Amino acid sequence: MMRKRWNRIWKHAVLAFFSLLSLAPFLWVMICATNTSVDMLRGKMTFGPNLWINFQTLVDTGRFVPAFFNSVRYTVVTTVLAVLISSAAGYAFVVYRTRAKDMVMKLLLLSMMIPAAAILIPMFRLFSRMSLLNTMTAFMLPSLATAFLIFLFRQAAMSFPMEIIQAARIDGVGEWNIFFRIFIPSMRSSYATAITMTFMNTWNAFLWPLVIMTDTKKTTMPVFLSVLTDTGYTPDYGAVMLAVAITTFPTLIVFFALQKSFINGMAGSLKG
Amino acid sequence: MILSGHKRSLEKRTSLRGWLFILPALALILFTCFYPMVETLLLSFQKGKANQLSYAGLRNYARLLSDSTFWAALENTLFFLVVQIPIMLGLALMLAVLVNDSSIRGRGIYRTLIFLPAVTSLASCSIIFLRLFANDGYLNTLLMQHGFIDRAIAFLSDRMGARLIIVLVMTWRWTGVNMIYYLSGLQSIDESLYEAAAIDGATGFARFRLITIPLLKPTILMTTITSTTGTLKLFDEVYNITGGGPANATITLSQYLYQLCFKGVPQYGYASAIAYIIFLLAALLALLQMKAGDSK
Repeated sequence: MMRKRWNRIWKHAVLAFFSLLSLAPFLWVMICATNTSVDMLRGKMTFGPNLWINFQTLVDTGRFVPAFFNSVRYTVVTTVLAVLISSAAGYAFVVYRTRAKDMVMKLLLLSMMIPAAAILIPMFRLFSRMSLLNTMTAFMLPSLATAFLIFLFRQAAMSFPMEIIQAARIDGVGEWNIFFRIFIPSMRSSYATAITMTFMNTWNAFLWPLVIMTDTKKTTMPVFLSVLTDTGYTPDYGAVMLAVAITTFPTLIVFFALQKSFINGMAGSLKG
Repeated sequence: MILSGHKRSLEKRTSLRGWLFILPALALILFTCFYPMVETLLLSFQKGKANQLSYAGLRNYARLLSDSTFWAALENTLFFLVVQIPIMLGLALMLAVLVNDSSIRGRGIYRTLIFLPAVTSLASCSIIFLRLFANDGYLNTLLMQHGFIDRAIAFLSDRMGARLIIVLVMTWRWTGVNMIYYLSGLQSIDESLYEAAAIDGATGFARFRLITIPLLKPTILMTTITSTTGTLKLFDEVYNITGGGPANATITLSQYLYQLCFKGVPQYGYASAIAYIIFLLAALLALLQMKAGDSK
């Protein structure tokens, strides 16, 4: 009995230790975001009064506000389109299944093996020839359809009862309406997973916007962060940490809002 | 007869409708994955600066053999593969087993907290860890204030120090993700197997080794392959923390590729050869890992 209890205490201790390691940097960023650069470098570990001044410093860079709204705009549009395009395909691979479509699905899965670095150079050259650098189109195109999302929705569609679709057809509901009015609303948790994953990947993307957004007014938050710390002179660390906090905030909100179905969906995506 | 003919044409129509659902995704993936893949291959056989390119056979690949930066990048990538992945996956597996223990109260909270780093952007993580370990960073300030050291430790100017900080960032950011994967694997293992083993007198560790590990093998294989691919394209952390330094001690293949294309006069052909090396390494390692996963 005693041993069992000690066993449990030990497990709690390990989990608490690693939870703290995961959480501490978040707290530290929040504390630093409210302090001056000098206080932060002195190792001050309490909240300070400098939050608003740090915010002003960020706004005065002239790049922060555009970067933030670019990130919001690019991410929302990309997420909506990517989830729609990929879920339509995943749905069709199951509902309109034919041998030819199975072959195409296999081909699409192959694209998961292709690393981003291997497609970066031709994509950059193509977009620059088409004068699409610094546009949302160039930012979005490579992430609008991913084999991973299509696969996720294909797995989800397999558990969707075909009888419902057949009944709807008999009632004269059109094929697009079956998808939009019946499939999408009944697959909320799959959509929650896909939205969370796409939102985070898009919001956090770095290499692609770094390469194609050559105009600093068009770039996104992660690239802005990188520029902010790489200005040659010593940056204002209080403002930098506030920028880190602001960059992390939207993904945290999305994560907590959709957490339950997201974690389950992520785990479920493994089972093929 | 008439009816079945009618039915067949209806089926054909719905099948065609199905292609309409698939078409946008298919077109996009062909355009953004398969076309560039072919284009990169063609580019990798061309030499020259900027857009003045001409075919030169395998000369780019031959040049790689004597390029010391390329070998440094390859060595660093291997270091991250061999050191970081086992630490992270081992840790993730241990945490998954603990979080899966139904006698632990509040395990949902632990799970969420340990997963939390995965929502941050790699640029953010990099800045956080840079501010923690820089010469005037938090750790040095703390150590000096308490009199443990007199002078700041230059973690990032030390070859091994810089590498270990990259390892630390990657581990902080990705352990939770892998923990969730293992957790889902663990939850699909039938409890009664453990009960039967306990009755047979198997200790906790024996049960872990003889039941958990073999049944978790597909998940372990999947996480190993994903982490390997992730490490091969490692860029954001190195770009933002060390810039590849000190003296190329942390430069990665992706970062070298980036430098060749976007710093100075672009060498698209040569960089494309590196892109193909990354692709071939990813494919080769995935194959080897699948082989190893099958034989055990």
